Amino acid sequence: MSATEQALLKTPLHALHIELGAKMVPFAGYDMPVNYPGGIIAEHKQCRESAALFDVSHMGQLRLIGDDAAAALETLVPVDVVDLAVGKQRYAFFTNSNGGILDDLMITRRENDLFVIVNAACKDADTKHLITHIGHRCTIQSLPDRALLALQGPKAVDALSRLNAGVAKLTFMTGGTFELAGAECFVTRSGYTGEDGFEISVPETHAVALARELLACPEVKPAGLGARDTLRLEAGLCLYGHDINETTTPVEAALTWAIQKVRRPGGARAGHYPGASVIEAQLAGGAMMKRVGLVGLERMPVREGAQLFDAQGHKLGHVTSGTLAPGVNQPIAMAYLAANHALPSHEVYAEVRGKRYPMRVSPMPFAPHRYHRG
Amino acid sequence: MTTKYTEEHEWINIEDHEAAIVGITHHAQDALGDVVFVDLPEVGKSYKKGDIAGVVESVKAAADIYMPVTGEIVEVNEALRADPSLANSDPLGNGWFFKVHVTNMAEFDDLMDPPAYDALLKTL
Repeated sequence: MSATEQALLKTPLHALHIELGAKMVPFAGYDMPVNYPGGIIAEHKQCRESAALFDVSHMGQLRLIGDDAAAALETLVPVDVVDLAVGKQRYAFFTNSNGGILDDLMITRRENDLFVIVNAACKDADTKHLITHIGHRCTIQSLPDRALLALQGPKAVDALSRLNAGVAKLTFMTGGTFELAGAECFVTRSGYTGEDGFEISVPETHAVALARELLACPEVKPAGLGARDTLRLEAGLCLYGHDINETTTPVEAALTWAIQKVRRPGGARAGHYPGASVIEAQLAGGAMMKRVGLVGLERMPVREGAQLFDAQGHKLGHVTSGTLAPGVNQPIAMAYLAANHALPSHEVYAEVRGKRYPMRVSPMPFAPHRYHRG
Repeated sequence: MTTKYTEEHEWINIEDHEAAIVGITHHAQDALGDVVFVDLPEVGKSYKKGDIAGVVESVKAAADIYMPVTGEIVEVNEALRADPSLANSDPLGNGWFFKVHVTNMAEFDDLMDPPAYDALLKTL
């Protein structure tokens, strides 16, 4: 066993994962469940058909406190935070001076703070980034003593309502405080599977009790990071470090929907975030490369790193995520393609083990989103 | 002893040395997870021991299938191609990969017998 393996961190649910028979793997410095004995495909289907419980406690939870917090945060993200109403949640990303993405995050405006969730692998760098750039304008508080559970699927609301009926009134991308399993939890109606569902920030002392109450519901079974990955890929959602990173801009990543008008040229609070000049130029003139969805025309999984070519053999781009998707039951992928090839139904060829397989540019999501918009 | 094992977690049954059966072990299928695709070798093609003769892909990852011995492929499991999950549900039976005409018995003899393979599993 290497030193890095010994140093793996554990979430408050670690012992429960072992008890449930999970296969554990290292992920972002944590020992995490990749799947339980049912396997990834069964867990994927469980989430699409009923409800699945994921431990995402490895992700970073932060509070930004102070009257100036929203305006301060806007200096780091090309997203409207100032106008975000209390109880509303929004997707955002930290950019660097080249317009690349340092991390993607979720921001919820609460009565007395901004509640922020960031990726596990980035949380230390993000915290430092926040303190360095806006630590003089607001208080940045990490919440390492809170676990994070994601309950996802069309029956997630039925299950969570058994614990507290109040959660049913939440709509997609809103949040509130609810008592669950005897603890005060912050619940948002959101997630990363394309399904209706909830993310629950719970004090670590109550995380196991809450997980056990949810797993006791007939709708709910546990699911690991393997299913989380296939679910988010079918939903067309980016995985940081794969589909987006510090070299990809929001325009290249096809995430411009997350940049509100008020932060674009001509808007009341346009620009004034890192890389604004690069991103504004691309918003106006387009980017060389663009993130697209691909569907395989042959039943061959095409994975991250596969190179893409046109029929004449010219290189067009590369795959950043891909698998044979359990739900849509065909090979799907996300890729960066030269912009003039990133057109619907355009055919490209993915190289796998020296052979080229046809794939077609496809709209995303691959599986329809089923959010509860109220 | 007609079945032996490789360090790559494959098994070979040599009851019929003209058509020895090759597959992956329980440990291999468990480590891979849900198998969704297999790339099988061409019948009639010859490989040396250690050559990559195929690929098995799970939802999460792809893994090479190595030739446990030198020989010519005489049959592949079309049922496995049609239903790759057989590699999970019955890896030692209906989930076999291919059959090979073994020409060098010494290579087979060098592979692990069941107690040796069990001992290897205990070290993992």
